[in-house]
Amino acid sequence: MKTMTKARLKSPWVLHFDCGSCNGCDIEILAALTPKFDVERFGIINIGDPKQADVLVLTGPANKRNQHVLKNLYDQMPQPKVVIAVGECACSGAIFHNCPNTLGGVDKVIPVDVYVPGCAARPESIVDGVILALQKLQKVSEGEKVD
Amino acid sequence: MVDFTNLSTYIPVVLVILAPFIGGLLMGIDRKITARMQSRIGPPITQPFYDAIKLWGKEPFIASSLQPVLAFGYFGFSVAAFALLAFGQDMLLLVFTMGIADLCLIVAAFNSKSPYSNIGARRELLGMLSYEPVLLLVAISIFFVSGSFMVSSIFDVPVPLLTILPLTFLALIPVLIINMKKSPFDVSGSGHAHQELVRGIYTEFSGYTLALIELCHWTKVALLVGFASLFWAKDIVLDAITIPWIVVGAVVAFALFFIVLVIDNSYPRLDWKTMLKTTWVVGFLLIIANIVGLLARLVILS
Repeated sequence: MKTMTKARLKSPWVLHFDCGSCNGCDIEILAALTPKFDVERFGIINIGDPKQADVLVLTGPANKRNQHVLKNLYDQMPQPKVVIAVGECACSGAIFHNCPNTLGGVDKVIPVDVYVPGCAARPESIVDGVILALQKLQKVSEGEKVD
Repeated sequence: MVDFTNLSTYIPVVLVILAPFIGGLLMGIDRKITARMQSRIGPPITQPFYDAIKLWGKEPFIASSLQPVLAFGYFGFSVAAFALLAFGQDMLLLVFTMGIADLCLIVAAFNSKSPYSNIGARRELLGMLSYEPVLLLVAISIFFVSGSFMVSSIFDVPVPLLTILPLTFLALIPVLIINMKKSPFDVSGSGHAHQELVRGIYTEFSGYTLALIELCHWTKVALLVGFASLFWAKDIVLDAITIPWIVVGAVVAFALFFIVLVIDNSYPRLDWKTMLKTTWVVGFLLIIANIVGLLARLVILS
């Protein structure tokens, strides 16, 4: 494995954005950052700045209010980047399906690479989702075409 | 005349080239120790290098065309400051070169419209205002002992500096805290992620400019820790074995580094007023007490 690919896999900095979730998934994401699950041992850091982030972690359904913010955050992240939708709402809209104020899953606004289901998603499955995202990042980094 | 045939002539050159790596390893050790203090496992010691390489390979997003120039300026002046230390040059020049390096970062951060970056830059200026006088006073108190501002003159003092300037050594603690951007004085932009200013002074940097700034940060940490190691610049001669000064100096400097980490993990962030007051009052009092004590000892002995 090339040095750059290895470095990319060893240091994914995560940007977390809440599109309007009930905070159930947010709490689980924050739980994954606590000493018990300690994702920093994989080099994962929760960073607040989209310009420095590699992984966009989204919770909650996309809605008409914040879709512009979501698009803006995605555009501000430099390549290579991956997007993870955490929780049923972010994946498909779930109980908000067909609500007049929501658009459905976040993939209605930006391309999503990994879907982590669950209501709320458990910290273990979130960490699994990040690892899946990293496998995709490795393929992108090695120049393979992925869709 | 420089003797190019002597291998020891090249030691400072090697040190300057290795400086960012030493600093990077120190940051890795810092993250590991911090993780252990929070009963976590923590990232590998080489983690800062992975971060920097990854940042170097990211798509460049330049907020202003002056920023890369200033980032390279920051790097150049940081390395120059370290070179002044490695070649045993003037301590005053060292402090001022470090100041210019910091100014490059501050101007680069001011050079964008982001309010986070602007407030971070203002706070970094306050940080400089806090630590620079203390660092100058440290240099002046070394001058009191050695009679010269040259770093190389420290080796001519017959006893280790730590035994005659212990309080001055302690005054380096707030200086190191501010420079390493550690709690309680990380107002301008913390190494840790979330805070009210997003990433403070670093907000507008990304990709290779951020990687360069990380390199400068490591060099600066290596510079200050290296400077602290000069507080024991004497070999210890036991009956049979001689412990070279560099080993003792490294232990002394690492002790200082460890104290900073303990403080970082036990204090929350404080505001800039407290930073300025604490650094000035504690730093000035410690150094003045040390110099007055030395003078009083001279008077009593005579």
